This record gives sequence, C-alpha cells and structure tokens, in this order.
Amino acid sequence: MMDWQPLLLTFELAMVTTAILFLLAIPLAHWLSVTDSRMKPLVETLVSMPLVLPPTVLGFYFLLAFSPGNFFGSWLDEWLGIKLVFSFGGLVVASVIYSLPFMVHPIQAGLASLPHSLREAAYVMGKSRFTTLRKILLPNIKKSVLTGIVLAFAHTVGEFGVVLMIGGNIPGKTRVASIAIYDEVESLNYAAANFYSLVLFIITFGILMLVYLVNGGYLKRFRK
Amino acid sequence: MIEMDVHKNLQSAEGPMELHMQLRLEQGCFATLYGPSGAGKTSTLRILAGLITPDKGYLAVNGKVWYDSGRAVNRPPQERRIGFVFQDYALFPHMNVYQNLQFALGRKSDPGILERLMEMISLNGLRNRKPGELSGGQQQRVALARALVQQPELLLLDEPLAALDLEARMQLQDYLLELHREFGLTTLMISHDTGEILKLADKIFVLDKGRISRQGTPGEIFASGWVSGKFRFTGEVLQIERQEVVYVVTVRIQNTIVKVVADEDDITSLRVGDTVLLASKAFNPVIYKII
Repeated sequence: MMDWQPLLLTFELAMVTTAILFLLAIPLAHWLSVTDSRMKPLVETLVSMPLVLPPTVLGFYFLLAFSPGNFFGSWLDEWLGIKLVFSFGGLVVASVIYSLPFMVHPIQAGLASLPHSLREAAYVMGKSRFTTLRKILLPNIKKSVLTGIVLAFAHTVGEFGVVLMIGGNIPGKTRVASIAIYDEVESLNYAAANFYSLVLFIITFGILMLVYLVNGGYLKRFRK
Repeated sequence: MIEMDVHKNLQSAEGPMELHMQLRLEQGCFATLYGPSGAGKTSTLRILAGLITPDKGYLAVNGKVWYDSGRAVNRPPQERRIGFVFQDYALFPHMNVYQNLQFALGRKSDPGILERLMEMISLNGLRNRKPGELSGGQQQRVALARALVQQPELLLLDEPLAALDLEARMQLQDYLLELHREFGLTTLMISHDTGEILKLADKIFVLDKGRISRQGTPGEIFASGWVSGKFRFTGEVLQIERQEVVYVVTVRIQNTIVKVVADEDDITSLRVGDTVLLASKAFNPVIYKII
C-alpha cells in the first residue's frame, strides 16, 4: 500500500497557495496595469525575481528571515504565535512568493490587452474601481485568469528547492511529493518514487491539457 | 454653462505641446471641436470627463466646480455626470445590448429610461445581441444610448461618426440631433466633417496647436459673410492641375467630386488637403481658402 500523504499534502499546499495568490495577484496586477508610479519598475522586478532566482536562494533567505533566532522570526513567534520554519504555514508563505509571477503576469498581461476605454467608460458611468474590475475587466480576461490559476497551481506542485530549504522533510507536515520522490530515490526505493512521479505526471498533464482545451475553444460549453 | 480655462503639458507625436484651453459654452448648446489631429481635441474632452488631470486651471459646469488647481478641487470622473461616447465605442464585449445600457444605470435611477432610449434609438431588435455581432453603425447607436442612460449634464463625443459609411452617418446625425433636443443636452463633439458640423452644431471651436484659434457659428467659420448666394459648399482639395493658362482644382464635397477653374492668384494659397468653400457669384464658381 502506497503512502498517499505526500501527494495529498502537495495538492493541499497548491490549493491554499493558489487561493491566496488569486486574492493577492488580482489587485496587484490591476495596480501594475494602470499605475504610472515610479515604484512600478521596482515592484515588477520584485514580482519577477522568483522566475530567475534559484529556489534554494529564496529558500535560504526565508529560512534566515523566519528563523526564531532572528528578529522577524521571533517577532512572529512572540506576537502572533506563528512558526514559519519547518511548518506547513511556512511552506504556504514561501510558495505564495515563489509562484507570485505565475499568477500576476498572465492577469497583468490580460488587463493590459484590454482597451483603456472600457475602464474609462465604466468610470464615467460612476462605477468604482472595484466594481469596474469585477464586472467589466475580469469577465473579459477569463482566459488569462484561468491561465494564472493553473500556472500558479502547477508551479507550486512542482516546487522542490524552496520547500526543502524551509520545510525540510517532515512526514504529514512538510513532506510534499517532490521531496518524497527525492527521498525514496536516495533510499533506492524506486517503486515508490515511480508511483509519486507517475501520479504527478498524469495530474499535471491533465490540468495543462484542460487549460489548452478550454482556452483554445475546444470545449465551447466551458467558455461562457 | 461650461467655463474652462486649463493648462496641460502634453506629449504629442511632434514633441511636447502646451494645451491651453479657454472655452465657454452655454447650456443646451451643440458645439464641435474642429482642427488637425494632434491639436488637443481628444485631450480637451478627456479633461472635461476627468480622465486627464490638468496641470493647473479651473473648470466649472453649471455652477459646480469640477476642477480648480487653486483650491485643490478635482472631482473624479465618477462624480461628474458625463456621457462619453468613445471613438472605439467601448462597449462591454461580454454584455448584450440591454446589459450594456443597464450597467450604466445608477442604483437610484428609474429603469424606465432604458426602454425609452431603446425605443428612441431603435435598439429593441438588437436587445440580446453582443457587441461583436453588431455592425459599426449599430454599435455606435448602442454607445450613444448608453452614454445617455445617466441623463448626463454634458455629452462628449470623440469623433463618433468617423468610421461609419455615409448612410449610417446620416442616420446617426438625425438621432443625435433628436436626442440633443429631447434631453436638453449640452453636447461637445469632435468632428472633421464640415457637412456634419453645419448640420448639427450651433457653435464651433477651431483648435490649433493646443489653443482655440477661432470660434463662432459654423456659418461664420466655414463661410465668410461677404459671399452671397445660395450655391455654396465646403469641401476638400484633392488635386490642383495646371492646364494652359488656368488651373483646375478638384474638390471633394461630401461624396461628390467637382472640378473648379481657378487662376494663378487663387492657387498660391491653396494646397491639396485644404478645406475650401466653393461658392458661386453670378455663374462663375469661385474658391476661397478656409484653413
């Protein structure tokens, strides 16, 4: 009997991360698509950093920052009672930052591709920024939003370096599938490694295939 | 009554330009902004709508201050009660015609206005169509109806008829005139079409390089007072040819091409693309440069 726990943990992490990212990335992408603030290039750079930075670098700094031996880590622990090192909460925080560009970029690109006049027409009608975003802009970039959700989810499923650095390998808490695969290979348990790998392979393939089918208009009934 | 005196530095295709717009417009007036592209026409409308913030100045509509740099007043577009018809129509692609109009309706407004507008602009047959399924003229009608749902104090039209063929254009001009009167609107429209301006507008502001260079009634601007006679049309110079001792000027009036004979003195001030007045004194057509 195979141990399903690493897989369940992986998908739980991916779902929580994607949900948080969805709420975080939409206002951020909207701000980036409309602002002419001088801060914009800085914020864009920070959002994109996880694309190029080795995950271990990110994980290493998270480890330092969240460690109870440091100011931020001890402040979190004392004031909020949150321990982010070697915990599921820590994995979520790290994953949110690690997958941020995968959610922000498609949504930002989608918003930027809409004519400005749509937004302006709604403003002139007396609609707030929030109403305009919710009722006018987002319904017209459904494909981009779906792409963002799926990429963020898939990217979190595929995480390894960050998780290993900050979460370690604690069964049921931080031992996600990618870590489990590495662990099983190290102990020459190829059958178990193959099981996890195959499940990840099939599910990831399925999800991406679905996105291309939906966005390509092959499943018409899903589109409206 | 619109009182506007604003400054704004703009980046145009030909480098930086200072827009200085001093404009007074009576309530109920139908005015047009006329002038070459890059003269600041669209920017003027956008400043009125609150979509561009001027650098300094003053703007009041019907006694209410919308912008005053001295007192740091700047009402956002949401609080200005404006109807704006965009050049690209800006219809919401995911909503049908009725939903597009409905979205513009304020929470406390009477939904009866929707049916009234749908009826007036003959949109009932298109009620459930999405913008993508409509022709240019139909989209324009929806955009016009939608701009009026809020019963705005001021209707702004950014060259709304430019992309339409002649027939759709004429039809929309009729709708526009009817709506302007019916709702007692103050309307400001950008137009390049002299025929359209003569038909619709009470007042015309000619813009050049960010300033109003001339203003008056269309008759005053497009026809000098000293020309008498009923035979007079405005058109655009398409071609100037020399033939023996005279010149033949080809002029487009609406969708008709006419050829006019001119002598050397007339020709010196004329170029292809000029807007001209074509009039007849006795039986000889004479040609005068307008812009």
